[in-house]
Amino acid sequence: MEALFHASPFTGYVYPNETVIPWTVLIVVYPYLTGLVAGAFTISSLYQVFGFKQLRPVAHFALLVSLCCMITVPLPLLLHLGHPERAFNAMITPHTTSAFAVFGYAAAFYVILLTIETWFVFRPQIVEKSRQPTGISRWFYRILSLGSDDVSEKAMSYDQKWLFALAIIGIPGAHGLHGYVGFVFGSLKSREWWSSDLMPVIFLLSAIISGTALVIILYVLSCKLRKVSVDLACLKIMAYSLWGFMMFTLVIEGVEFLSLVYRGREGIDVIMEFVKGPLVVPFFILQFGCGSVLPLAIITFMIWRGTSGTALIVGITGCSILVLLAVLMMRYNVVIGGQEISKTGKGLLAYHPPIFGREGLLAAGIVLAIPMIMLSVLVRIFSPWHDATHVADPAHGA
Amino acid sequence: MDETEKLEQHEKARREFLSCLGSVIASGVAAVAANSVSSQATAATQEATAASQAPAIPGYDWSKHQWAFGVDAEKCIGCLRCVEACKQENNVAPDAHHFRTWVERYVTLEGEDKARIDSQADPVNIEASGSEGRYRFANRYKDAKVEKAFFVPKLCNHCTNPACVQVCPTGATYKTADGVVVIDHTYCIGCQYCVQACPYGARFFNEEKNVTDKCTWCYHRITKGLQPACVEVCPVGARIFGDRNDKQSSISQFIQNNRVYVLRPETGNGPNVFYVGTDKDVI
Repeated sequence: MEALFHASPFTGYVYPNETVIPWTVLIVVYPYLTGLVAGAFTISSLYQVFGFKQLRPVAHFALLVSLCCMITVPLPLLLHLGHPERAFNAMITPHTTSAFAVFGYAAAFYVILLTIETWFVFRPQIVEKSRQPTGISRWFYRILSLGSDDVSEKAMSYDQKWLFALAIIGIPGAHGLHGYVGFVFGSLKSREWWSSDLMPVIFLLSAIISGTALVIILYVLSCKLRKVSVDLACLKIMAYSLWGFMMFTLVIEGVEFLSLVYRGREGIDVIMEFVKGPLVVPFFILQFGCGSVLPLAIITFMIWRGTSGTALIVGITGCSILVLLAVLMMRYNVVIGGQEISKTGKGLLAYHPPIFGREGLLAAGIVLAIPMIMLSVLVRIFSPWHDATHVADPAHGA
Repeated sequence: MDETEKLEQHEKARREFLSCLGSVIASGVAAVAANSVSSQATAATQEATAASQAPAIPGYDWSKHQWAFGVDAEKCIGCLRCVEACKQENNVAPDAHHFRTWVERYVTLEGEDKARIDSQADPVNIEASGSEGRYRFANRYKDAKVEKAFFVPKLCNHCTNPACVQVCPTGATYKTADGVVVIDHTYCIGCQYCVQACPYGARFFNEEKNVTDKCTWCYHRITKGLQPACVEVCPVGARIFGDRNDKQSSISQFIQNNRVYVLRPETGNGPNVFYVGTDKDVI
């Protein structure tokens, strides 16, 4: 039988109730997923709104990545709740002073927005497939078309207006959702590690790099699976975006950490003990070294040397994997790290996540795998590749 | 258990009022219909509703009381009867990780600047007591030269501006008109945001009920004119409880006659547990 709770060992003095860590790896996964949503949506919007034509090969795919991640976002939260069956209490009777009360509305709004945008993007494809003379799938697409089978030039131009508007609303939506997640942590005055005005900004910037990295990896992987060549121009512009946002992230994270140390408020001794001890491997080596400085150096080198071909693909993909892991480590170091520093400012806890159980590593891994499984199904229903015919194309539209 | 059920009934009564806000409520005994609560009702008028609609407790009017708690740390001898009484009275898990109240020991040894702190939940003390359900402070400093030593009882501060209430997404935790912060166990979703928000570590997760739990100042007792269990059993009078509306009450006298201090005033939470005899090291 699974233990009712896992108590963490500690050093120094911690409040007796602190030994059971309240937020576990599922709450690490939650901001990670919302970050991927915001990042992937950014890639999609760069094409949809800002006309980055080089991103055409991945624009619609990025939208599907964003949708799949967003649908999964509530799952880790629901798994974590003591009473998931009461989850809607927060929406039915939202306590307006609570940052958490916003989540249900924000998530619902965003899932709906992404679904509508996806529908508009793939409507020509849906209509075409619903017109197949034979096959059961045509009925499926006929239902998906919602009876809207007009793909005339006038109708398409109307669709483009919708797509543009949805993407415009979606940008502040996605970024707002993730900035809000940063606020959930940053607004708590009880934990020095979290209590920072820069927290939403850090969450947002790291979100963009994680989403971009995920789109890069999945795009390269899909090209290998589909046996088509990788569009290097597209890959390069994603790598440039990655590089730029990584610079910002590093600077802001650095400034935030420096401020914390420089302010040196009560409890800083324990924070420094934490930084110099348990945080050395997960933060300095994994998150900062392997996940930030190394990929930044590699991408800089490749830009400088004008690397191309397979070397560029391997290099960028490798860096993206490192970035993806680094952002996961960042979420872990913030969420778990914040709770490992006692509220007393005089003690440290050591959290060791269990592998099994509702809040174990396995459950968190499954939650992270779900959007990938969902995506593998969705790309078969809607073909997001630019070589697919009749995909709505704003670059030639509105 | 019977007492716990009664407490939950009181909480249900409040929930019911919110659910029917805008209409006339005959009594507070009908079934909980919380799903119809409007957001404004929950947030903006929380204080107003709490003040005007008392729970259905015979002979008790919550608008007539303003409860507060005092701790005279000078008197505390660290016997931990309060901790054990609280666990029994409120059915708190008998282990070293869940406490509605606890006692901290501050010991400064000769030649040291900072106090060494432990509570009854420290592994050394648990080993000395021989059980996670019974508590005592181990005589761990018997061979050391102690310069200063004292005990500080801790519990929920039932703050005037509680951060836990602020962050609760459903309004399941709220402040009553008589100044007590309680949790509606039938409405709490168990997100533990309040556990994170409390700077005093007063909240914990009740794994049996899958909801957040904490000290209620024994609401089921005080509304019957009794003292909280911890106050009742304290052999030295280190814990003081009473009604601040009554100027002659023990708590009013305690606050009036002493220079009292609250924990972490800088949080802005406005704690309502008043201390005498703490020290610079007390957190």
